[in-house]
Amino acid sequence: MNTLEVLQAGPMLTVQDLGRAGFLHLGVSGAGPMDRPSMLFANRLVGNEDGDATLEFAHVGGSFTVEQPVRFAVTGGAVEITIDGERRHSWESHHLRPGQVLKIGALRQAVWGYLALSGGIRTPPVLNARSTHVRSGIGGLDGRRLAAGDRLPLGVTEAGALLALRRPLSRPTGPVRVVPGPQTDHFGDQAWKAFLDGPFRVTASRDRMAQVLDGPQILAFAGHDIVSDGTVAGSIQIPSSGRPIVLMAERQTTGGYPKIATVASVDLPRLAQCPTASLVRFHSVSQDEAEDLLIAQSQQWAEALASLEVKPENSPSGSSI
Amino acid sequence: MGMTQAASIQFPRIAPCGDSALVVELSDEIDEATNQRVVALAEALAQRAISGIVETVPTYRSLLVIYDPCVVRGRGLSALLLDLLAQDLSSSTTARQLTVPVHYGGEVGLDLDELAEMKQMTRLELIALHSAAQYRVYMIGFAPGFAYLGGLPEQLHTPRLAVPRQRIEASAIGIGGKQASINSVPGPSGWRFIGRTPLKLFDPSRSEPFLLRAGDRIRFRSINLEEAAHLDAAVACGKTVEEWEAL
Repeated sequence: MNTLEVLQAGPMLTVQDLGRAGFLHLGVSGAGPMDRPSMLFANRLVGNEDGDATLEFAHVGGSFTVEQPVRFAVTGGAVEITIDGERRHSWESHHLRPGQVLKIGALRQAVWGYLALSGGIRTPPVLNARSTHVRSGIGGLDGRRLAAGDRLPLGVTEAGALLALRRPLSRPTGPVRVVPGPQTDHFGDQAWKAFLDGPFRVTASRDRMAQVLDGPQILAFAGHDIVSDGTVAGSIQIPSSGRPIVLMAERQTTGGYPKIATVASVDLPRLAQCPTASLVRFHSVSQDEAEDLLIAQSQQWAEALASLEVKPENSPSGSSI
Repeated sequence: MGMTQAASIQFPRIAPCGDSALVVELSDEIDEATNQRVVALAEALAQRAISGIVETVPTYRSLLVIYDPCVVRGRGLSALLLDLLAQDLSSSTTARQLTVPVHYGGEVGLDLDELAEMKQMTRLELIALHSAAQYRVYMIGFAPGFAYLGGLPEQLHTPRLAVPRQRIEASAIGIGGKQASINSVPGPSGWRFIGRTPLKLFDPSRSEPFLLRAGDRIRFRSINLEEAAHLDAAVACGKTVEEWEAL
């Protein structure tokens, strides 16, 4: 069996697949990627299945070696990638051979990056998934973030071509769309207007569980405690500080703050990738409109994922654009 | 959009949670009848195996329904849920009760003495009160297998700590406001803790990783240190020590 060795690890490097489904009613967070499309592309670029496990990193990747040849791809955003000091591009696959050192530096204008390796990471699944949930210590490697010296089993690399995107991944632009509810009626008209006027600054209080936003104070007229109910990725909770907390991939399954709105699925990866200190505004859409957006985007991605371009094998150092 | 006052919300109601989930709110109170309906609605949906429903999350007074909008749209699903709510929903699952052995006090039950003092009773009186009541698992949430229990005697209601503690062990028996709990994984908590159980509510290495589900009944039984050690050893060997009874 092939092995990936972590020589250096960025501050938040974890094993993630598409997440853990079917256990929310037992208190188990879905975990999974902060930026799902980036993970899907990383896997497809190396010929993996969509559900294969990758490494997700925040800000900085780390350095890695393998025992047997693999193809790899790094996605998420623009980032410096080198093999033994030679530059490689993100959003396309490359060869990594035993003895070579792959180094992934800092993401620019993005926060979450993905490293997919052909064969996928084969740590033992826990509750049907390999995703790490750090807070409850399950999945990935011993349920924790990775550190230098960690060795991860890799699946078998099938023969396959090096691939690239035909055109850069196009992300939605403009205000982040939100669907009102489920507890919008805990807030008055003024609070709702202030919420839509914004703008909000992405603060440094952010991790895989949640992102705290700073801006106009949003106050509920009947207090900020509700009888706890279920949460989804994108739920915007308003605690008594009046500062919105957007719940993300590693959120707890239930929460006791009123939720003024929910971020549309198409815009949640973009919010996750907003650098700290950037400004965001919200725009209200109906549930029906948000569903339309999601259906259209799923089709777009399916087409883009199915039409990756084969790179010429003999390009100099494999670093053709 | 027009905002109504929270006080005037009519239940049941169905509210969107983005583009892939709806929440069916049956009430904004914690009571047993509401929670029974929530559990029954979750069962009714599971039995009907409606295509497009991905999973459901029963909580105290609401049911979160997660769906795939590429298969079923929220609007259609809302109508279907309203129809279902108009029917007589009752749980078909046999109610079951677990007796949870508790070693009160000790390192994990670090608040027992202070709580007894606060309530002006002896520790034995407090233990008797806590273990005489019947509890209901209102929901499993917050962490894997974490059980929120209703049925805590009013005399034991206690506000949470102003500053949460950094680490409370799994299997700690807690009190937070009107609720009781059995912890399932170690972690920070602002609740008060009065004992520990040798039972493990969550163990991913077990063939049945989760001990409890919403709707289960719980009774606590006081055990001494010797029995706790005996049960710990049995649990460590993977033996089943749970005492279930059908109700």
